[in-house]
Amino acid sequence: MSALRQLVGVACTVLLCMQGAAADVGIPARYTDSGPDPLLVRIFEHIEKNRWEPALNETEALLKAYPKFRLGHLIKGDLLLARTRTLKSFGEGGAQHVAAKTGAPVAEQVADLQQEAIARLRAYKNRPNGAQVPRYLLQMRPDQEHAVVVDTQKARLYLYQNDKGTPRFVADYYISHGKLGADKLKEGDQKTPIGVYHVTANLSRKKLPDLYGSGAFPINYPNKWDKKMGRNGHGIWLHGTPSDTFSRPPLASDGCVVLANSDLDALAKNLQVGTTPVIISNSIEWTTLDDWQAERKSLLAMIDTWRGDWESRDIERYARHYARDFSGDGKKLAEWLAQKKKVNAGKQWIKVATHNISMFRNPGKDEYVVVTFEQDYQSNNLSNRMQKRQYWIKEDGRWKIVHEDAA
Amino acid sequence: MPTLPAIPTAASSTAVRTRRSAQAVVLALGLAVACLTALPVRADSYREASQLLKSGQHAEALKQVNRHLSAKPKDAQGRFLKGIILTGMNKQKEAIEVFQKLTEDYPDLPEPYNNLAVIYAQQKQFDKARQALESAIRTHPAYATAHENLGDIYSRLASQAYGKALQIDSSNASAQTKLAMINDLVGAEGAKVGAGRTADGKLAAPATPAAPAKAPATTPVTPPTPVVIASAEPKPAAAPAARPVESKPVEVKPAPAPAVPVASPGAAPAPAPAPKPEPVKAADASSEITAAVDAWLAAWSKKDVSGYLAHYAKDFHTPDGQSRKAWETDRSQRVGKPGKIEVSRDKLNIKTEGSDKAVVRFRQGYKSATFTSSSGKTLVLVKRDGKWLIQQERVGG
Repeated sequence: MSALRQLVGVACTVLLCMQGAAADVGIPARYTDSGPDPLLVRIFEHIEKNRWEPALNETEALLKAYPKFRLGHLIKGDLLLARTRTLKSFGEGGAQHVAAKTGAPVAEQVADLQQEAIARLRAYKNRPNGAQVPRYLLQMRPDQEHAVVVDTQKARLYLYQNDKGTPRFVADYYISHGKLGADKLKEGDQKTPIGVYHVTANLSRKKLPDLYGSGAFPINYPNKWDKKMGRNGHGIWLHGTPSDTFSRPPLASDGCVVLANSDLDALAKNLQVGTTPVIISNSIEWTTLDDWQAERKSLLAMIDTWRGDWESRDIERYARHYARDFSGDGKKLAEWLAQKKKVNAGKQWIKVATHNISMFRNPGKDEYVVVTFEQDYQSNNLSNRMQKRQYWIKEDGRWKIVHEDAA
Repeated sequence: MPTLPAIPTAASSTAVRTRRSAQAVVLALGLAVACLTALPVRADSYREASQLLKSGQHAEALKQVNRHLSAKPKDAQGRFLKGIILTGMNKQKEAIEVFQKLTEDYPDLPEPYNNLAVIYAQQKQFDKARQALESAIRTHPAYATAHENLGDIYSRLASQAYGKALQIDSSNASAQTKLAMINDLVGAEGAKVGAGRTADGKLAAPATPAAPAKAPATTPVTPPTPVVIASAEPKPAAAPAARPVESKPVEVKPAPAPAVPVASPGAAPAPAPAPKPEPVKAADASSEITAAVDAWLAAWSKKDVSGYLAHYAKDFHTPDGQSRKAWETDRSQRVGKPGKIEVSRDKLNIKTEGSDKAVVRFRQGYKSATFTSSSGKTLVLVKRDGKWLIQQERVGG
C-alpha cells in the first residue's frame, strides 16, 4: 500500500496550506450546498490517513452524484491504479496511463484538474463564516436582494443575501475564469474584468450554444470606470458549463465567469436583471463586521455632509467634496463648479434627499466606492427625482467624488 | 521511489496464467478421480463431464454434469464444473447464476468469486468484477489468481476513469481483459497454501502439490479413455469456445509390412483426357477412407494394439510434441487395458485435399463398463504406399 503514499503528499500539501486560515471555519454556513466539495475534502482526508477503501467508496459516491465530474474520475483512476503500481503524484498516473495506451498528450489536462482540486479544497476549507464579510459590500439597496462576489484566485463565487443592509453569506460555488487570468484591459485578452458590475440580462439556454450550459447572465463590462480607464471588450457573462462535463478548470474561459450548470441554476433564482451587483475581485478582502460597519458609517456620513453642503448653496462647502480629477456630464471640475455656482445664484432654497443608497467598494488597485441613490431635489423654482451615481475616492485622506452622473 | 513492476502485457500474462491453470486442471483431475473412487456413480458422471469439457464437448458435458447434480444437487464441485461448462458455452447469464449461488452457499470459497469476476469482466462490468475478486481475496488473502485478476481489473477501471477524467476514449485502448478462470475448486487450496510473494513483489503461482497429480495415470479405475489431459484449457476471456484438444493415440511402429503396395490405383494411367476419372477417383477414395477408419476403430475395439498402431502414419503428429516412443507406450497401455470396450462412429464427413490427403470428421462413440462418451473427432489421413494412414488426430470438430 506504500504505492499510495505519494498521493497523500499532494493531499497533505493541499490540506496543510489550508490549516492557517481554516481556524476560523467555526460556524458552518447554514444554507449552502457546496456541490461535490465536501465529499472531495472527505476523500482527501481518507487518502491522507491511508484509508483507501473509504476513499474509493466515497469517490464512487461522488461520481454517482456527479457522473461528469472529471476530477472525481481522475481521483478514482489514481486510487485504482495505485493498487497496481506506484504513483508519484496525484494525477500523474493518469497522464502516464493514458499516454501509454493512446499516446494522447494529456499532461496539461491533468495539470488543470490538479489546479481544480487545489482550488476546490482550499476554497471549501476556507468558507466564510458569519463574522467576516467582503469589504466591497458596504451598502446594498433594499431592492437588491442578493449580491454576488467573485474571488478569481480562489476560483470561487460567493452569494450574499441582503439582510436589512447587512450581507449574510448564503452559498459559494466553484467557478472558472479567463484562461489568462483577471484584470481585463482589452478585447480578446482572455481575461476576466475586475470591478463592480451588475447583471444586465437573462439569456435562456434555448437560445444559447451548448458551451454556455444552462444559461447566461451578461454583466455591464465595460462600466463607466472601465471606459474612463480606456478598457474595452465586451460579452462578459456569468454562464453554465457545456454538457460533456460537470465543471471546467480554474482558468478556462475567454473572460467569462463559468459555473457548473446545477450551480448556475441555483444562483439564477437569486439574480435580478438590472439590479443584482456582481463584484469581481482578484482576491476578496475580508473584513470584520465591526470594521465594515465603521467604514460604511463614515462614508454614509460623508454623503450626508455633501448633501447638506449642496443645500447650503455655499459653493466652497460644496466644492470640498470633489476631487481634483473630477469629471461629470462631460465637464471637468472647474466647469462643473462654475455651473453649480451659477445655478445656486438663482435659488432661494434647495432641498436634497437621498433614498435607497447603495455603496460598493471597487476591488483591487483602483480604490473607489460606487455610490448610487435616488436623488430627490427640490428648490424654489425646480424639482426633480433622478437616479444618481457617484464614484468616491480617497484623496489626501478624505472621501471625495471623482465622477458623478445620472445612472 | 521503488516502483513495482508494471502489469505484464496481455500476451505474456495470459500465457503464464494459462500454463498455471493447466497445471491446476491436471491437479484437479487427479484429486477428483482419487477421492471419488468410493462413489462410482457420482464419479462417473462428474468425471465424464469434466473430460467432455476438456475435449470441448460442452453440450455433452452439461448433460453429464446435470445428471450428476440430479443425484447430488448440493455438490459444490459439480455445480462449479457446471458453471465452467456454461461459461465455455458462452451462456454467461446461467453461468453467473451458478457461480453466484455458489458464493452464497459457500461464501468462503474464493474460486466461484473469481470465475464470477471473469464473466463480469467479459461483459465489461468491471465494478462487479472488482467486487467479486475483492470478496475472493477477503476470504483467501494469498489467492494469487484473484490478485492478478484484480490487478487487471483495477487497471481497466483506472483506464475508464482516466478516460472520463481526461476526455479520452480509452475504451478501445486497452486490449482484451486477460483474466484467468479457475477451473477447479481444488486449485484454490493450492493457491491458499502455496502463494506468496516473490522477491520482485509479484504474487507467485500457487505451488502445485506433486503427489496427487499422478493419480490419473496410476489409478486402476481410470478408464482407457482416449481423452486425457488438456493441453489447452478454454481461455475464457479471449475465446470462450473450447479449442480442439489433441488426444493421445499410440505410436505405430512404422509398420514393416506394407512393403507391397496393396492397391496401386493405376499409377501411370493412359493419358486419356477423359474428364471422368476425378469424380470416380473421389468416390473410390471415400470408400477407401471409410474402410480405413472402420478398420482402425475395429482394431481399437478388439484391443489389437499392433493393428491399431498400424493405422498411424510415420509422421503422425504426436500430442504435445511427445516423443513417438512415449506416445506409443502410452497408447499401448491404454488400448491394451483389459475390459470390454466398444468404439464406434456415426456418418463420416470426408473432405479430400488432392488425391493423397483427406480430412475426416465424425462423432466417435466410446463405451466401457464405467464410461460412455460421444465426442467429435477429426482425423487427417494421408495416403502412403496405397494405404490411408492417420497423420493427425484431434478431438472436436
